[in-house]
Formats: sequence, structure tokens, C-alpha cells
Amino acid sequence: MTANSSKDIAITTLLSVGQHPLSARPRRAEEDARALEVMLQFAPASMKALHAGDTADAQNLTVLKDYLGMGIPSIDVIPTSADSDAAEALASYLANAGDGQPHILLTGTRSEVGESSGFLPYLLAEKLAIPFVPNICDILSIDMAAGVAEVMQSLPRGQRRKIKTQLPFVASVGMAAAIPRQSSFGAARRGVINTVSSIDTVADEAQTAWKTEPARKRPKRLKVVKAKTAAERFKAATAKVQSSGGEKIYEVDKAAEAILKLLKEEKVL
Amino acid sequence: MADYLSQIIFWLGITLITLGVIGAMRRIRLWRQGQSSTVHWKGLLQIPKRYLVDLHHVVARDKYISNTHVATAGGFVLTSVLVIIVYLFGIKGAVLNWLMLFSSALMLVGAVFVFKRRINPPANLSKGKWSRLPYSLLIYSTTFLLLALPATGLLPDYTGSYLMIALLSVGVFWGFSEMYFGITWGGPMKHAFAGALHLGLHRRQERFGGGRSTGLKALDLDKDSLGVEKPEDFKWNQLLSFDACVECGRCEKACPAFAAGQPLNPKKLIQDMVVGMAGGDTAKFAGSPYPGVTGTYKGGAIIPIVDTLVPANTIWSCTTCRACVEECPMMIEHVDAIVDMRRHQTLEKGNTPGKSAELLENLKTTDNPNGYAPDSRMDWAADQNLKVFGEDTQQADVLLWMGDAAFDLRNQRTLRATVALLRAASVDFAVIGNQECDVGDAARRLGDEATFQRLTKDNIATLSKYQFKHIVTTDPHVFHSLKNEYPDFGGHYSVYHHTQFLAELVQQSKLKLNSTSLGDVTYHDPCYLGRYNGEFDAPRYLLESMGISVKEMERSQRRSRCCGGGGGAPITDIPGEQRIPDMRIADAKEINAGTVAVACPQCNAMFEGVVAPRPDIKDVAELMLDATVFEEAH
Ligand code: SF4
Ligand code: SF4
Repeated sequence: MTANSSKDIAITTLLSVGQHPLSARPRRAEEDARALEVMLQFAPASMKALHAGDTADAQNLTVLKDYLGMGIPSIDVIPTSADSDAAEALASYLANAGDGQPHILLTGTRSEVGESSGFLPYLLAEKLAIPFVPNICDILSIDMAAGVAEVMQSLPRGQRRKIKTQLPFVASVGMAAAIPRQSSFGAARRGVINTVSSIDTVADEAQTAWKTEPARKRPKRLKVVKAKTAAERFKAATAKVQSSGGEKIYEVDKAAEAILKLLKEEKVL
Repeated sequence: MADYLSQIIFWLGITLITLGVIGAMRRIRLWRQGQSSTVHWKGLLQIPKRYLVDLHHVVARDKYISNTHVATAGGFVLTSVLVIIVYLFGIKGAVLNWLMLFSSALMLVGAVFVFKRRINPPANLSKGKWSRLPYSLLIYSTTFLLLALPATGLLPDYTGSYLMIALLSVGVFWGFSEMYFGITWGGPMKHAFAGALHLGLHRRQERFGGGRSTGLKALDLDKDSLGVEKPEDFKWNQLLSFDACVECGRCEKACPAFAAGQPLNPKKLIQDMVVGMAGGDTAKFAGSPYPGVTGTYKGGAIIPIVDTLVPANTIWSCTTCRACVEECPMMIEHVDAIVDMRRHQTLEKGNTPGKSAELLENLKTTDNPNGYAPDSRMDWAADQNLKVFGEDTQQADVLLWMGDAAFDLRNQRTLRATVALLRAASVDFAVIGNQECDVGDAARRLGDEATFQRLTKDNIATLSKYQFKHIVTTDPHVFHSLKNEYPDFGGHYSVYHHTQFLAELVQQSKLKLNSTSLGDVTYHDPCYLGRYNGEFDAPRYLLESMGISVKEMERSQRRSRCCGGGGGAPITDIPGEQRIPDMRIADAKEINAGTVAVACPQCNAMFEGVVAPRPDIKDVAELMLDATVFEEAH
């Protein structure tokens, strides 16, 4: 397969408005910017960026401009208000995109503000009925003939694993991906924000019942350092955790049973 | 017979002067490729004065060459005027002959000294066509001296000496070719033609007559393409200025990046701009290369400069120390050109190297270069009980600008010292606390004019809310920006560097200083206080008031060597053979200084980064605090 044909696919990256943890100012979300970087570096034939949010907000707009500054010519924006369900809007937009439906849909692993549940890519994959690969850091290759893509997934402690998945699929990009490129003022100025108007947004019913309050700092478990030498510390920081006990369950029913049992044991249910 | 020679001179003169005029027009066309910029016509009348005063002020730092130049250039101009009067207009007279004798002799003397200097030229001088120039000067002056001798009757006529006539004809031809034709066709004499016009039409007219103009020019962010991508994006008067370069290499000798083996040579940069403007390649350049860069590069007026004509690392090696501008006898503005190119790389290409992208992003999201929480700017002063504008007061005599030193443990000591000194002198001062943003100096020098202007506008809006008489800052970069660059955006303030303000307090006896016994102390002039703002005396006055007799390093005051901390250079971090701060500390060690007094947080950070053993690094304010006599509390 030639390199060219492997690029002959469509990728869409979902972008959200992030928030700086110290200044609380809106900014490019770090993971979304990385997802955009993965897309720009892979440089497929068709690249799209998609955002669902409030376009009337000037601060949101400057953040979208910042993404445009990375060199993507335009961003499609689905106007949604804060109380509507972004997942619904995005899913219905993508489902109705017809030929415009991407082969790969990239997101960050979780948003920097709002619910920040990390659930969005799962929901989208479910609604579009395509696989989901969490926490990737790169797209390695595409085999259009076989309809298969190979991606690099990042695991804890700097470990990586190659995963083959069928096209199309949703993938979330984590912090292990390449640092996003600098946003340039000129490109930001030239970039275009297209508002997509034909989407019916659905109010997020569940959200209205919620009460939100500022997050409390969770107490941190004290670390007991057992390692005596530098070599041991290095090993502790990098070595793969050997799982002890446990078993691999492949049948869905049995797996569900096992999960239920664990939840009961832990008194979650 | 002599008529025969006159005829030759007449026709050669007419031909070569005509060709010269055509060349001049071609050259002017090249400059006009540039962008529009105010034409300071009045400046043209000032050319002689600017040559004799401003240019010579710089040239005279090297007595040998300034005397040589006066003799050569003066002799040449006078001789040429006489040649035109006598040979082209045919006006004869004994006075003219004697004058010609004198002027050509004067030029000959100059030419001999030019020749002598070229026997074993230092590395900063260019070879190539420049090695030819002394011969041309000798030939031109000797020829007209020999022609004047019989005319004044000192020698018999050359009638009958065909050899002499042939030789003189060749001399006239050579001399005219170099001096009248080459001057506009890219010969070494080009510097006289372009240089004269450049002195008149300089983009920074304020620099003449002892003035200063060091603030960067504001960039219109609504323009189509920002900064300089290709030579024609420069202003026309910048293109003209590049043509004025005499390749004397004074800038090269002064450049800290060049000395550190980073791939920058200001002289070559200017010559590369000439190549770009005129089109061609760099093969003919006969001076020192960019350290570590080999090969020939091509350029053209509409060909992007960076990475085609000039390596990207060249423009990012510059510390914006202005040592080159200070030394340049032709008053060329290297820093403007470098920042113009950086602006394009940053604003249009998003290509700022090293950690700069992170720094610029931090400035966007947190208003400080290191990404600290904006509401922690005042943390350093938790124990200081400072008055804060907007919280404790609306007005004070002095607004103390903390700068990013507020986030830096080392430089907080300087801030503390300054606060203690202001209190000791009962100065009524306050800070703007967490409302303060980075002043934008680094962003601007890294080419991010958009972020600079955003920070500038925010700071000006904050400052407009309060009443104060002066701003005092411990950071020369802040000092420079507030004083020289904020006015373009409507911020007009009376700004003091802390050494200036403290010097006034000492002068008014509001601060009393004891003598200290510190051993040998030297003072390092920060570029942005010294060269940028002409303040050399206040810090020295303070040190002397403490009984310290400052031991000067070889490069000091105007010629101070940069610490390596300016222009975002520590962030772009372009590799070289050695580090600039190491070289500066070596300067201090050479004179056995035990303490280097500094007056800038950048210098402080750069020098403290030099491995021991090295002299102690202390801000002038810290030294003062040790020496201050505190009145008994009542
Ligand atoms: S400003 Fe300083 S570092 Fe930059 S080129 Fe000039 S002398 Fe070199
Ligand atoms: S730029 Fe100025 S200092 Fe440098 S070589 Fe040219 S004339 Fe000399």
C-alpha cells in the first residue's frame, strides 16, 4: 500500500474550550489541542474540526481562534447552549453527515470544564455504533483496503501498545501525544468559523436536576517509599505492574457477572 | 599634448559619471521595492553635519580609522568636485590647480593609511572587493596629484612622455571606474552613496544630534502579512540602510552571540539582506561567516528570507543587546531588522523556537511567562505589608512595578531590598498587586507583537485607574518598555529605574549610606538600562556613595557585553560553543572582581547560573541595603 492511499481518509477532531487550572481563563484544551496535532501531523486528505458550544461568547471565540492558529483552515461550530446535551447534538450532526462522516473521530479524553466525565467519546461511539479506542497518542497507519487502522495507545507509566482497529472509529487522545504546535496569530486571523445551523439541540434533562459545587481537594494517600536505591526507584516508576490473581473473562455474560460481584463486594451496590 | 589628456579625462568622466547615474537610478529602484515609510526630506540637508558629527562620533572610537577616513573621504570629495569643474566644465585657474594638488595629496595620505591597515587586516574586515579598494584610492589620488603637479608649475609638463600619459590615462580610467561607476554598481564605494542618503533619510531621525530612539516600532496587526518574510517587506529606508554597510565588522566584534559561536554575525546578516534585496547568492561575501554555518545561500526580493537566505537560528540567536547598533558607524538598525523577521516567524508561521511557544502561551493564559497563578504575584510580599492600589489606596507618589521578579526567589531579594530602601527614605509608594501583568518585553522581542499589545493595553488600562507621579521598577526591560514603548499605545509615564530613583534619594540625603568594605567590585551595565536608555551614572554614583570604587571591566558602559538574557535568548536557547554569561563572568574575573554589581533581574539570573567559583552577584539595591543607615524608630 502506498503512503498516499493511506492518507486518503477523513478525520474529524472535536474541540472544546478548556480552562487554565490556575488562572481559570479559557484556553485551548490541552488534550483537544493534542488531538488536533495528531490529525495535522497525520495530514489525511480530509481534515475537519468540530465544536459544539456557545458562539455568542467572545471568550469561546478567542479560544476557537487559537485552535485555528494551529493551521486548520476552518472549524464547524454546532451552536448549543450550556443546558443542552452536546453529545446528542454532535451525534446527530455526525450521523447525518452522510459522506461527510469521518473515518476517524478524535477527541480529548475529558473536557477541562463542565461535567468533565470523559464520557463523551463513549457516547458518540455508542450512538454511531463504531468502536472506541481510549487514550491514544498517535495514528500509525491506515489500511483502506482492509478497513483497518493501527494506532498507538498510551498506558500508565509511559508504556505504549499498538492497537489495530476497524474503520471507522472514535479515539480519545491523551496527554502522552505530541505537544500541540504553536498557535499563530496570522493563521488564527485567516481561519474561518462556520456555524452549522440545522441541528436540533436536545436539552440535557439530567443536568437540570444536578447541583454543582466547587470541587474539594481530595486527600492524597501518602506514598510509602520502599525503594532504597536509585535503580529500585527507577524500576518502581517505570516497571509494568504485575497483576496478581484475577482472570481474563471473554464471554460477555460472565464478565458482567464478575463486575456485579465485585461491585457488591466493594459495597458500591 | 596636455589637451590630449584633458580630452581623455573629459570623455572618461562623462561616460563613467553617466553610467554612475544610471547605476544610482537602478539602486534607488531596488530600495523602492520596500514598503512605504515617512520620507524625511529635511534630513538630506543635514547629511554633512550628520557625517561630521554623528557618524564621526562613532568612527572616532577608533582614532586611526577616523583620521584616515576624514583624509580620504575629504580629499576624495574635494578632488572630485575639482575634477568636474576643471576637466568637465573646463574652468581653469591657478587656485583650482593648487586646490587640486592639496586635495589629492590629502587623499593620498589617507589612502596610504587605508593601505597600511589592509596589510594584515583583522578578522572583522571583509576581503574580496574590499581588498581592492586601497589600490583604487591610491591610484585615484596619485593620478590627480601627478596631474596637478605640472599644472601648478611644480613639475615640467609631461609633454612627450607617452609612457606617463598612458599611465595617467589608465589611472584615470581605474579611478573613475571605482569611484564614479562602482559607487552605484555595488562596488565598495557604494557605502558612500547609500551611506550619505541613509544618514539623511534614516528611519529614526531622533538618533541624530545626540538623541536616542531605541523602542521598537509598533506593528499594525490588521495588515495582511505581518512582519518581514521577504526583503521587499522591509521599509524602503531599511533597504537603503542595508546598502550603507561598509563591512567594517565593528558590529561583529561587539556581538556576544557571534563571540559565543552561535550562528549569528550582524555584519553578514546585513550583507545577506543586500543579497536578498538585489537578488543573487552569498558566494561573494568575503567576511566571517555565521559561526558553524557553511555553504552558499540564495536570495531575492520576493523570496522568503528565513531558511532560504538566512538560517532560522541566526535570527533567534540575537539577544537584542544593541551592541551592534551602538558600534555601527553607518547607524544601521540590526535589531529592528531581526525583530521584523521574528515577527513574521512568530505571528504568521507559529515558528518560535525552543521553549518560546510555551512562554507565549503562558503569557496569554496567566500574564506571566512561567505560568504561575496570576493571583499569586503578591505572594512574595506576604510579610511586607505593601500598600496596594485599588485595595488600600487610589493614589501614591510612586508606583513600584514588581515585574516578574515577583515570582523569582532570587530577584525577590532585590524587590525586598528596594522596598526597605523606599521605606527608609519615607517614600509614599504602592504596588498594583495581582493586577499587574508582564510588561510584554520578551513577547515583543520574540516577535509576538499581538501578545505584547494585549498586555500593554491591559496594563495601561490598570494604570489609568490610579494616581501616581512616577513608576519605579527594578527591571530595565520593564523600564524600557514602559518608558519608550508604551507611549505608542497611549501610556505616558514618568518612569525611573530603581537605581535612578535611589540615586536621587541619596542626593537629597533622604538615604544615608555607610561605607562598605566589599573588596573589588565591578558593575555590569545592563543593555536595556545602558545602551537602550543611556543610564550609566546612577548605579555608579550609588556604588561610589557606599565608598566603593568601581573597577571597570574592559567592556563597560556603552560597550558593555550582554549577559545573554535579553531578547528571549535564554528561551530560544540556540546552541553555540560557549555561553554568553560565562564570557561576561570571565570579563569580571579578568579584573579580579570579587563582586559583580548588577541592576537587572535577567543579568542576576544569568550570572547566578554560571558555575562557581565566580564573583558574588548582587543587585545594587541589595548592596545599598547593607550600607544603609537606618534612623532610630521614634
Ligand atoms: S543585538 Fe546584540 S546579539 Fe543581536 S546582533 Fe546585535 S550585537 Fe549581536
Ligand atoms: S553593519 Fe555597520 S558595523 Fe556592521 S559591518 Fe556594516 S557598517 Fe560596519
